[in-house]
Amino acid sequence: MGQTLSEKVWERHVVHRGEGEPDLLYVDLHLVHEVTSPQAFDGLRMSGRTVRRPDLTLATADHNVPTTGLELGVTDPISRRQLEVLSRNCEEFGIRLYPMGDPGQGIVHIIAPEQGFTQPGMTIVCGDSHTSTHGAFGALAFGIGTSEVEHVLATQTLPQSRPGTMAVTIEGEIPRGVTAKDVVLSVIARIGTGGGSGSIIEYRGSAIRALSMESRMTICNMSIEAGAKAGMIAPDDTTFAYLDGRPFAPSGAAWEAAFADWQTLPTDADAAFDKEVVLDAAEIRPSVSWGTNPAQTTTIAGSVPEPDSFADPADREAARRALAYMGLQAGTPMREIPVDTVFIGSCTNSRIEDLRAAADVLRDRRVREGLRALVVPGSMRVKAQAEAEGLDRVFTGAGFEWREAGCSMCLAMNPDKLSPGERAASTSNRNFEGRQGKGGRTHLVSPAVAAATAVAGHLATPDDLDGA
Amino acid sequence: MEPVRQVTGRGVPLVRSDVDTDQIIPSDWLKRVERTGFGDGLFSEWRESSDFVLNQKRYEGARVLVAGSNFGTGSSREHAVWALQDYGFAAVISPRFGDIFRNNALKGGLVPVVLDEEIVVRLQDAVAEDQTIEIVIDVEARRVAVPALDIDEAFELDDFTHHRLLNGLDDIGLSLRFEPEIDAYEQRRPAWLPTTS
Repeated sequence: MGQTLSEKVWERHVVHRGEGEPDLLYVDLHLVHEVTSPQAFDGLRMSGRTVRRPDLTLATADHNVPTTGLELGVTDPISRRQLEVLSRNCEEFGIRLYPMGDPGQGIVHIIAPEQGFTQPGMTIVCGDSHTSTHGAFGALAFGIGTSEVEHVLATQTLPQSRPGTMAVTIEGEIPRGVTAKDVVLSVIARIGTGGGSGSIIEYRGSAIRALSMESRMTICNMSIEAGAKAGMIAPDDTTFAYLDGRPFAPSGAAWEAAFADWQTLPTDADAAFDKEVVLDAAEIRPSVSWGTNPAQTTTIAGSVPEPDSFADPADREAARRALAYMGLQAGTPMREIPVDTVFIGSCTNSRIEDLRAAADVLRDRRVREGLRALVVPGSMRVKAQAEAEGLDRVFTGAGFEWREAGCSMCLAMNPDKLSPGERAASTSNRNFEGRQGKGGRTHLVSPAVAAATAVAGHLATPDDLDGA
Repeated sequence: MEPVRQVTGRGVPLVRSDVDTDQIIPSDWLKRVERTGFGDGLFSEWRESSDFVLNQKRYEGARVLVAGSNFGTGSSREHAVWALQDYGFAAVISPRFGDIFRNNALKGGLVPVVLDEEIVVRLQDAVAEDQTIEIVIDVEARRVAVPALDIDEAFELDDFTHHRLLNGLDDIGLSLRFEPEIDAYEQRRPAWLPTTS
């Protein structure tokens, strides 16, 4: 029987396999940021170990960095210390670092693909759950904890039990106005926060094939919100065209060798998955979350659900709790929910295509009076590209703040936060209680819906604005 | 890591599903560069409400968190495990855990125990009613016993992790036994793979 994409990548990275033991997998690329690494570097020092392969390790400052007034430095002393510790650790162990203010700096999951570090067939890990983003290239990429970060630093390997395989197959044509974010929110709403648990998801089907690399990254990025170990998409011509010419992608004879190898990666026709879920692309609609986990999502044409409509008692209780936290009444049409803030950014939706999609909606329009709106590009390179295209002027002209690169309001570790009770439409990945600031209320949306919502003042699609 | 052979203690019911790691330890706490001192941050937003279970005196000193399904979803922050341990928990029982959380817990010796939802709910109800009920998690035998409720259930723990927990073994040391194989693997990696230097 044939093998799936994830099985192929897994098998070629097994360093050691023993009876009754997890496989010891080799790690091709280890991404590091300031939040989950300091205790790992400390552990190395305490045990007299060092970094085995600094040349397969890449660090950036992203979670804590301010996105405005960089010339003032980091005013929060605890954040500043964490960033300084990262710089010191990278210097001590010889790791390439993109610090705050560097033209290469940005969110870890944005910069690795844009520089061509992320390639098909690789194993990639990072102390961050959204590492699944890199699976869009046909890499096996997953988030790890700090103990595992230390393990990879010391050994360039990780002991891992083999997960199951799950196919999420989406056939057909995605309707106009529907984006990758809507696709992945629909998948999570369908399978639930634990639907991918213990599995590596492979997204397949004609609808996935038709997507750009950036859209594929949005989809793989949120695999973790369905509890999956990783999300992957088989590499194809779209993947190869994206990689060609990137600074760290192979070139010349190396490209030819790599290219031949990458073409062997897609799932064999006779391979079987442990589980499969099938969605009809034509049925997917612009989606928005109403609750406090990403599976609590409906379409923008829908309304806040009645908790009693859920069959499972735990789901009913979770819905009741979510409605109370979100300050929502069952039955309220999603389009009638007013928001205070719109955030466009995060490793889910802060690439150039996301910014273009939002800017397209905002041309010759204004953000609703009194609404706070900010765009945080995923990397300094995305920012520079957007500025070269004049997108920054579209955003600022409409009343958005144009910021520096970082994770920002996605997880509110820097000064960009929601206040208690403040409601946001956000292109990020998590609507957990307090995620964007204590007491803050998050509705997850696509960049296009975020932009339209900023104009309308309530949850809206770009089409809604045309009639107004 | 210290060996973990058995956890015996009273339970606290956390009757919520999908408790994500942002709830277990909010992101403000992640700015610290130490591994200790996270106990005060554990569920810090929920603890602001006086009726939250951890604020109820009757559960003081409990060592086992009895949680709803999908405990520890979301972010990879190991700080969630450090916070639970620093607060005084030695084990968490739930019908299902977030994968990364479960891995992190096992690295640090916080025992994650998966039991059927029906048993978890029964246990939650019972410990809410009677705080003297003792839960015995026998890591060595891979069984959970609650004598007062006639519960005696096996739980899953792979042989490798079982061995590691019982002996308090350092994962990195275990992997470094295979250093010659790592060296050999590196010799055969394709030359076109990227390096960052």
